[in-house]
Amino acid sequence: MLRVIVRRLLQLAVTLIALSALIFVWLRNLPGGPVEALLGERATPERRALLIKALGYDQPILVQYAKFMQRVVTGDFGNSIRTGDPVSEVIGRAFPATIELAVVAMIIAIGLGVPLGYLAARHHGRLLDNLSIAGTLLGISIPIFFLGYLLKDVFTQNIHWFPPSGRISTGLDNTNVTGFFVLDGLLTREFDATADALWHLILPAFTLATIPLAVIVRITRASVLDVLNEDYVRTAEAKGLRHRVIRGRHILRNALLPVVTTIGLQTGALLSGAVLTEKVYNWGGLGTLITDSISGGRDYPVLQALILLAALVFVVVNLLVDLSYAFIDPRVRVR
Amino acid sequence: MSDPMTRPGVTSPRDGSGLPASDLSAGDRPGVEEKPEGVTRDLGRLGDRKKARLDELARATADKGGVSLVRDAFRRLRRNPVAIVGASIVGIFILVAIFAPLLAPHDPAQRFDELTKNLTVDNIPGASSEFPLGSDPLGRDFLSRLIYGSRQTLFVGVVATLIGLGLGVLIGALAGAFGGWVDNILMRFTDVMLALPALLLAISLVAMASRSSQWTVIFAVAVVNVPIFARLLRGSMLAQRESDHVLAARALGVKGRSIVLRHMLPNAMTAVIVQATLTLSTAILEAASLSFLGLGDPDINRAEWGLMLGVDGQRYFEVRPELAYYPAIAIIVVALGFTLLGEAMREALDPKNRR
Amino acid sequence: MSLLDVRDLSVVFQRRGERPFTAVDKVSFSVEPGQTVGLVGESGCGKSVTSLAIMGLLPKRGNRVSGEVLFEGADLLKLRPDDMRDRRGRDIGMIFQDPLSSLNPVVPIGLQVAEVLERHRGMNRKAALKEARELLDAVGIPDPMRRLKEYPHQISGGMRQRALIAIALACKPRLLIADEPTTALDVTIQAQILTLLKQLVDETGTALIMITHDLGVVAGLCDTVNVLYGGKVVERAARHELFGRPRHPYTHGLLSSVPRLDSPRGERLHAIPGSVADNIPWVEGCAFAPRCGNVVDACLEGTPPLEPTATGGDLRCNNPVSEEVAVP
Repeated sequence: MLRVIVRRLLQLAVTLIALSALIFVWLRNLPGGPVEALLGERATPERRALLIKALGYDQPILVQYAKFMQRVVTGDFGNSIRTGDPVSEVIGRAFPATIELAVVAMIIAIGLGVPLGYLAARHHGRLLDNLSIAGTLLGISIPIFFLGYLLKDVFTQNIHWFPPSGRISTGLDNTNVTGFFVLDGLLTREFDATADALWHLILPAFTLATIPLAVIVRITRASVLDVLNEDYVRTAEAKGLRHRVIRGRHILRNALLPVVTTIGLQTGALLSGAVLTEKVYNWGGLGTLITDSISGGRDYPVLQALILLAALVFVVVNLLVDLSYAFIDPRVRVR
Repeated sequence: MSDPMTRPGVTSPRDGSGLPASDLSAGDRPGVEEKPEGVTRDLGRLGDRKKARLDELARATADKGGVSLVRDAFRRLRRNPVAIVGASIVGIFILVAIFAPLLAPHDPAQRFDELTKNLTVDNIPGASSEFPLGSDPLGRDFLSRLIYGSRQTLFVGVVATLIGLGLGVLIGALAGAFGGWVDNILMRFTDVMLALPALLLAISLVAMASRSSQWTVIFAVAVVNVPIFARLLRGSMLAQRESDHVLAARALGVKGRSIVLRHMLPNAMTAVIVQATLTLSTAILEAASLSFLGLGDPDINRAEWGLMLGVDGQRYFEVRPELAYYPAIAIIVVALGFTLLGEAMREALDPKNRR
Repeated sequence: MSLLDVRDLSVVFQRRGERPFTAVDKVSFSVEPGQTVGLVGESGCGKSVTSLAIMGLLPKRGNRVSGEVLFEGADLLKLRPDDMRDRRGRDIGMIFQDPLSSLNPVVPIGLQVAEVLERHRGMNRKAALKEARELLDAVGIPDPMRRLKEYPHQISGGMRQRALIAIALACKPRLLIADEPTTALDVTIQAQILTLLKQLVDETGTALIMITHDLGVVAGLCDTVNVLYGGKVVERAARHELFGRPRHPYTHGLLSSVPRLDSPRGERLHAIPGSVADNIPWVEGCAFAPRCGNVVDACLEGTPPLEPTATGGDLRCNNPVSEEVAVP
């Protein structure tokens, strides 16, 4: 078990080091060179020389790489070109917004996806099954930013159920502790703030949940269909066990194993989707930060940090998913 | 946005690659072959009626053995309504793209005075007899742009998929054919690419270029799919390295290169073709997403659905939502078409469904 | 009253767009309390479907079951699903062919035994596990305390089948159905499992329906044997009658294809030509006719009836093997 963890951690480190090397090469090969990318085309030669020295671009390439890696490891990505603030601060401000959105979206996707997938499989070939297949196909074929606008139009313009954008109502004086507004409200006992934050979360989270939801329904359905044909389910029936026990202990406990892997992989879809969803709902998280860092002149220090962070999140989540297998599948534990 | 369909397939390449054709055709045939002989001998003295029926039976069983996997799959595909719907959508889409100049009532780039004179920031002319779907924000015929849009959309989707497929197949084939350290290095490389969420990878690639163009979009969407194809092909080829027909070829002294080219690659390609069909749909969606983020093709004359939806559709959603609806519906239907066709192909090729 | 009385049981599989397929065709047989009855035939003859129909375990859709399955006088086919659920595992136990796939891979053995006790005997988890330990001990699993916490992949094939037997017999059912219980096992283990089954059945007085294609299994175990072909009973006889004087050409063929220690050296085994897949529907004649060496014209004209024989059995054949012909 320990050996598996160590091996996976090493693999993870190799992946991240390789990625940071790629980013290093990428930054060195920006159009017009890194200095021009930072200063713009009309900088004076003196300023250029100053920046080249400051960034250490006059030193041998390997020394530069070593310094770059040193800064990456300590989380020092320099200052944002756009705002001048340290990159870590800029990202730190946006991080909770995206995580809050992604977590709620994932809860929706799992909470609806698993029961729907199970029901579809149990109704194999009948109306509910066909509807769920049609729904999942539509879910993965619809551009989610369009779905976002559509939902926004219906639920905020035609019927005013939800607020159109933002994370919290203006004028609501909520205390900021962790940056996670729902959590902050609970911590400070400002429950109105929690309710308001959740109210703002619903539409964006549903939009973001679309694709993971569709995928989880599909995988759950396929997996349950496989398990239903297994001999041990017939054994369970032959024992005369109650539906509840057969469903939970014998069908779902086996059928959810592939679903767990899928959930890990959907982190990627969530991070991609967040970029689009946040723009639709003006959310102010990492996704918005990425869009702004590109369209308002390329803010490379922020971009490289965001790319590394996204990769780190994805890889770590999937590592955790794989490790959790050791606890839910006894066949893995022995190996 | 390519995550949903493709990524699950990546981690379990066995899904698509468990299809070595000759493994199947080699199945339990001998037993079938023996039957007719033994049966007819015993039947010599029986009535002709019975004999005819058994001959029929024998022919039916012998026939089954001769059908190859692909032909068998194609036969099943033709009977599958899902495949027919998917193929029809794709077919119509391609026909519209080919005959766009004949179908479109106007030049898609021409700005009409009748339209521009009524055009303001918060009023875009709607349908009229001359312009059935009204105007776009620059006073051009929206219907014509939609029809011509099918060409560019098809172009972006196909070229991006082909580039991704080409690079991915190259990497995957090298890894799968050589194994060992070549495999190790190439797969670490794809791991790094897979560690980045698809859209973020595409965004970073676009950001590499000083300004975006149609080709930066195509290239970015293509590269996102490279690791997926590479993984898929490698998985399929590795599975075949151990399979009987490759071992047999090797035992017969067939050269390594020709084993890879003649035996392993063609078998692995069925899975790749299925994946490519599915990728066409995600490529179109991804290009639309990049346009939406302002990283798309800056050419204002270009009519492409993703561009129309992502730029004008978004900007004028409050004023004239049709500008978003029509390209969105077009994209959804076409993406659905490719997905249905791909899924039906995957199902037809799945040995589990062979009957 | 018989413990189990199966009357004219038929199962027709009907899938949309396909021709209906009659897997079990008016099968009748009965099981007395404590008796061991064999259902014998090649794969595809309907023996497993018969057992699943008795247990009410056929898929809910795509098939039609008719006839009567009287268990202690009550027709199981007419029970509400929940009432049948109460009986399964309590009144009738069942063990299956492949012990590995028949056990849930992610649930400890102990719980898989205990859950039947919890369900039918209202025990709490602790008491059920204690009883499960004794059950595992009774079926000859060494160190049962440790096995309780182990998973199916951690124990051997023979142990798994013993665990399944423990599960099936946990609630002391009056009837046990064993569907090819030894087919997936090594030959050495097969004998042990059969001995165990026989011993347990004798000790508890449980009636047993033994489903097998292996006449060797029947020879050591069964009181009465039903031979099935193409979904119909073709011959029924007491064990010694069937082995001594098989009347149906199919039974005769089955027995001739079993290797015997006392047959002369160099003599070839007889194989029945063809397979079950070659049979014709019963409506058009005897289903066995295409493979039969004794075939006469009447065999192609409608189904021969199942008629009582002089020795107390039943036979469905126009031209049976003569009683004088001994098994080669």
